[in-house]
Amino acid sequence: MYAYDEIDRTLINERVAEFRDQVQRRLAGEITEDEFKMLRLMNGVYLQLHAYMFRVAIPYGTLSADQLRKLAHVARKYDRGYGHFTTRQNIQFNWIALADLPDALADLAEVGIHAMQTSGNCTRNITADQWAGVAPGEIEDPRIWAEIMRQYTTLHPEFSFLPRKFKFAITASDHDRAAIKIHDIGLRLRQNDAGVTGFEVLVGGGLGRTPFIGKVIKPFVPGRDILSYVEAILRVYNQYGRRDNIYKARIKILVHELGLEKFRDEVEEEFLQIGDGPLTLDDAMIEEIRSRFTYPAYAKLSDNPEELTKASADPGFAAWLANSVAPHKQQGYAIVTLSLKPVGAPPGDATAEQMDAIADLADRYSFGEIRVGHEQNLALPHVAKRDLPALWQALDRIGVATPNVNLITDIIACPGLDYCSLANARSIPIAQELTRRFSNETANLIGRLHINISGCINACGHHHVGHIGILGVEKNDEEFYQITIGGRADEGAVVGTLIGPAVPYDDVANVVEDIVEAYLALRQRPDELFIDAVKRLGVEPFKERVYATR
Amino acid sequence: MTSPLQQKIKITGPSVVTANRARDGAVIWRTAHQDWSTDLADAAVVSTVDTARALLAESAADDVGAVGPYIAPVTVDDSGAIEPGNLRELIRSTGVTIDIPATV
Repeated sequence: MYAYDEIDRTLINERVAEFRDQVQRRLAGEITEDEFKMLRLMNGVYLQLHAYMFRVAIPYGTLSADQLRKLAHVARKYDRGYGHFTTRQNIQFNWIALADLPDALADLAEVGIHAMQTSGNCTRNITADQWAGVAPGEIEDPRIWAEIMRQYTTLHPEFSFLPRKFKFAITASDHDRAAIKIHDIGLRLRQNDAGVTGFEVLVGGGLGRTPFIGKVIKPFVPGRDILSYVEAILRVYNQYGRRDNIYKARIKILVHELGLEKFRDEVEEEFLQIGDGPLTLDDAMIEEIRSRFTYPAYAKLSDNPEELTKASADPGFAAWLANSVAPHKQQGYAIVTLSLKPVGAPPGDATAEQMDAIADLADRYSFGEIRVGHEQNLALPHVAKRDLPALWQALDRIGVATPNVNLITDIIACPGLDYCSLANARSIPIAQELTRRFSNETANLIGRLHINISGCINACGHHHVGHIGILGVEKNDEEFYQITIGGRADEGAVVGTLIGPAVPYDDVANVVEDIVEAYLALRQRPDELFIDAVKRLGVEPFKERVYATR
Repeated sequence: MTSPLQQKIKITGPSVVTANRARDGAVIWRTAHQDWSTDLADAAVVSTVDTARALLAESAADDVGAVGPYIAPVTVDDSGAIEPGNLRELIRSTGVTIDIPATV
């Protein structure tokens, strides 16, 4: 965990006081909605279909148990008893009253949580691999660098009014769990031949109306120069990014229209001006940030404790162990993913009671730490393997031990037309129906398969990069859904291919079943993943299967 | 931001003016009594561009009470019952179509 200092606490508290004053003036009619809108958005407050929605930042997806309890408190006291974890590692509350927001923010500030960088055309919450710091094989904990970026970008005056919102993601693993290639800037930690830590820098990724996979703008930028290089990118974007057309304002469009080479030339020229300047990070500065992260005092434990062997005779435990528990860098420990995708439930939702219980379990079994993944699940990052049987029973009791992580029912979905004022169609009921269609036995037979659902072209459900992507559209006032296959969000990121005409709401689950049946019939062997079969076969066999009878 | 009054008004049938209540975001409809109601049944129904524009202008003047007023389609049956005219308005009127997570 990163420990905030007095500067952070002062900043957050001042922000709460400022917003309290703004809300009071709005409610008193002293400022208009037009004047207030930008102010509320800068504090994560949107107006959705039925109510205000409050988006709270969870920097690089790391939460303490006390912070999660405070989120539960906000859900219970100011909302309707639940929250929704998002694809950007944030949490949203859907029913909060404007008058309650300053108090909710003040309560969150007690544990160092805020809503800065959750909206507006600024640099947004920095996201990271949810297994950061515990995944085997990492160069180092990427959250150290994410925190440096967070401090650098927070309320940065030059980058608070960019042409459009701007998203960073960072990883230190070869396997990309942070989806860095679909972010405005993606950073992958690496070491050069001289052993210097730095970054591969990608730019211009993003989904929405015009999806692009990020391109490598520079294969290696030393860590000491990363802020200068990022600032150079932001400056070029701020100068040349379009402000006349919201649909063409993201950096991905600028990179595409200028071409990567020209864009790179502009960035390098800017970097020449500002490199070796005040943004250069010396070792002491990096060490200062590193020292504020505390790490567990791991015990020397066996990788094969007796408790684990004994419990593995239980098929329920064995299934969960195989599915939801991942290797840890420390012997005797494991990373545990908590599925927020039980059958028939909205993906990513957790009740206040669940959040409180998970916080207690984190204190007991995971050194008080919880992670949030962009797949809308949670994780306990430091669990002793000997504790896994007891933890499983406790997680099962609160409904977060469904062994479906990375399977067809582990669906990523945006809130869709049930909540969102931008949506054209519903997402959650589609996800719910799909979780009912595929039993866990069938899901295991299918193997790894990611379904992503968005209720509109803004793509908050990342449908473009789903192995099966589902996009809600509206036709003559009815919900239809376009289906893509072959997308992926990891290190091999690619945008999926549309298989044909959109299908009506009631037929979506049938179409997915048809695609899956085609895959099961066509795969070369049981371990050929769906995504690999699509790559080998192309979309045609799946298209034929789906549209043969439609 | 373009004021709702500057936007071109096009209606194809019976319509109402709806918005979100400023203090809590609740869905509200403009009544015939220069007020707001959380019940669609209380909404003032208009059928011409001129009456729609007038109702919208009156609604937009209440910036303290309501956010983002706009004209929305409805249907009115023989008994006078008002129903939302499309899925979005149906969901705004009746709430989410899913069970919200239950407290344990």
